[in-house]
Amino acid sequence: MSGPLLEVTGLAKHYPVRKGLILAKQVGTVRAVDGVSFSLDRGETLALVGESGCGKSTTARLVLRLIEPSAGAIRFEGKDVTRVSGAAMRAMRRRMQIVFQDPYASLNPRLTVAETIAEPMQVHGIGNAASRRARVAELLSLVGLRAFHAERYPHEFSGGQRQRIGIARALSVQPDLVVCDEPVSALDVSIQAQVVNLLKDLQRRLGLSYLFIAHDLAVVKHVADRVAVMYLGQIVETGPKRDLFAAPRHPYTRALLAAIPHPDPQRRGQVKPLGGDVPSPMNPPPGCRFHTRCPFAQERCRTEAPALRTLAPGHDVACHFTETLPPAGLDFSGGLSDVAARRLALYADAKARNAA
Amino acid sequence: MSDDLLRIEALRTVFRTHGGEIAAVDGVDLSVPRGRTLGIVGESGCGKSVLSLSVMRLVTHPGRVAAGRVLLEGRDLLALSNAEMRDVRGSQVAMIFQEPMTSLNPVHTVGFQITEAMRAHDTRASNAELRNRAIEALTRVRIPAPERRFEEYPHQLSGGMRQRVMIAMALACQPKLLIADEPTTALDVTVQAQILDLLRDLQQETGMSIILITHDLGVVAEMADEVAVMYAGRVVERGAAGAIFADPMHPYTLGLLGSIPRLDEERENLLAIEGSVPPPFALPKGCRFHPRCPFASEPCLKEPPPLREVAPGHQAACIRAPVEAFVA
Repeated sequence: MSGPLLEVTGLAKHYPVRKGLILAKQVGTVRAVDGVSFSLDRGETLALVGESGCGKSTTARLVLRLIEPSAGAIRFEGKDVTRVSGAAMRAMRRRMQIVFQDPYASLNPRLTVAETIAEPMQVHGIGNAASRRARVAELLSLVGLRAFHAERYPHEFSGGQRQRIGIARALSVQPDLVVCDEPVSALDVSIQAQVVNLLKDLQRRLGLSYLFIAHDLAVVKHVADRVAVMYLGQIVETGPKRDLFAAPRHPYTRALLAAIPHPDPQRRGQVKPLGGDVPSPMNPPPGCRFHTRCPFAQERCRTEAPALRTLAPGHDVACHFTETLPPAGLDFSGGLSDVAARRLALYADAKARNAA
Repeated sequence: MSDDLLRIEALRTVFRTHGGEIAAVDGVDLSVPRGRTLGIVGESGCGKSVLSLSVMRLVTHPGRVAAGRVLLEGRDLLALSNAEMRDVRGSQVAMIFQEPMTSLNPVHTVGFQITEAMRAHDTRASNAELRNRAIEALTRVRIPAPERRFEEYPHQLSGGMRQRVMIAMALACQPKLLIADEPTTALDVTVQAQILDLLRDLQQETGMSIILITHDLGVVAEMADEVAVMYAGRVVERGAAGAIFADPMHPYTLGLLGSIPRLDEERENLLAIEGSVPPPFALPKGCRFHPRCPFASEPCLKEPPPLREVAPGHQAACIRAPVEAFVA
């Protein structure tokens, strides 16, 4: 079948802000997500990136229809998710699953691992007790856990192992789309690497599509095929990963990239912080929403909101002046010394030898 | 005479549990030079936060500092009376924490909380004088409209602003040493850059020393002059920041370096460290890293390796460092 697996157009979620107890009246609107469009192909990873409060997690929940959108359409294989209900919705739900950020809060402490992983299959009426048990064993080995883990409870596991359980649960009903809502943000760096590797490996083997929500652009660089950068409920830049990292065209994308501290002491002090904080989504600034923090803002930016424009195939930017911005001047090369690189290679060899 | 502001010697902090005493910090030696920054890196559970609480003497029951010395300008903080230690906290050594929301009191104004800290060390100043000093402190951490912020409550501030208030409080009495325990972990990357920039500027202005505790090697590279890598309650590698990154010796340091996704390269797979940090009640014998170490060999299972000089001013606790000497 052709066409994207998931297509989102003009998606919006507005929350009314009410004041008063009995005669409550609306005093404002929080525009958490405000006109977001993107598409996701089969077997592809699209990363939604942005700071807290930019609406990326709300977007993820809207896509799964865990919350109802205020406007816009979400098409899953061409069918509008917002218009189906009942059995059709349940059937669709089986094919879209989610992995949550917090592996401590997202597992039921009273269920064993086997029960947790089998629950989605039960809900969707897949198989019988015996076949589900077999499937649990298969899933455990798929995510790198042992068969005897099945009878244990979540508190007996570390954060990384719990996240593996969460992934196994999401995969139990053989979804096509997995929404990963900051799946590695709560994990230690070494464990983060394990889970990132696992997610990539599972995608290769099972042909999954990921909608990957993250705030860490370095992680995104390792998992995503395409990236969409969000700011205050809107996408400000979207493009293939290579283009976006090699030549970011929106000042906000550049600021995000420039703010990442590099593991190289020789580059110390090169991070030029972006001033200010993200404005409140209740009163987003007029014109370009980023203009209050943008070092290149001009008069036009304060009054006229820029639309997403296509600069190159698949690379869209919402900035009036992207053509006249000075070069980004971001250079990440040469961060690792020769000695360190050689030892890392030895480490990788030794690890591979031990695994064999 | 060395120019170390703080020296930690053979520090051991234990917690009493049903299964007996366990050591969260187990024989740590460290020093912090004057006006410089020591970065302490390691994963959760490696003992880095307990170490900093031990320096502040804030370890509470069932934990206690069982052995060692913490010398601030030659004076052993562990030997001070509680009253003397109270005097040291804030005026000599101050601390900021990871979570700026929970470390501020939600029912008092920002101004009240800063002046409260000042009042504890200066009982004679007038209220007006303290207010002026607090506003000065807020100005120093680059908070816009400090007079207005003085009257506000923590919930009215963003995460970055709250961390600035915490820094203002910590620096209110001009401490010689600031302990920053994951000060930017809860913040967005753009705000993190602002806070790190601020800390660097303040260090330049005041000449204070900083102990920066973090799990993020990027933050360490950005801030630290000296680095100590901790694993399971012990220091496994220490040296100048440049040496740790350019010439990493301990396999654990290598594993950490390999685990971080880098912007300057793209690998099919990240070089993860297998397994996870062992809990302090189930520490492996010998080298504590050996179950996760790809280079582990027979002797690693027997004796815990001592911290030894692998290059001038650069120590590692690994009998097989540098690794290329052993795998050919």
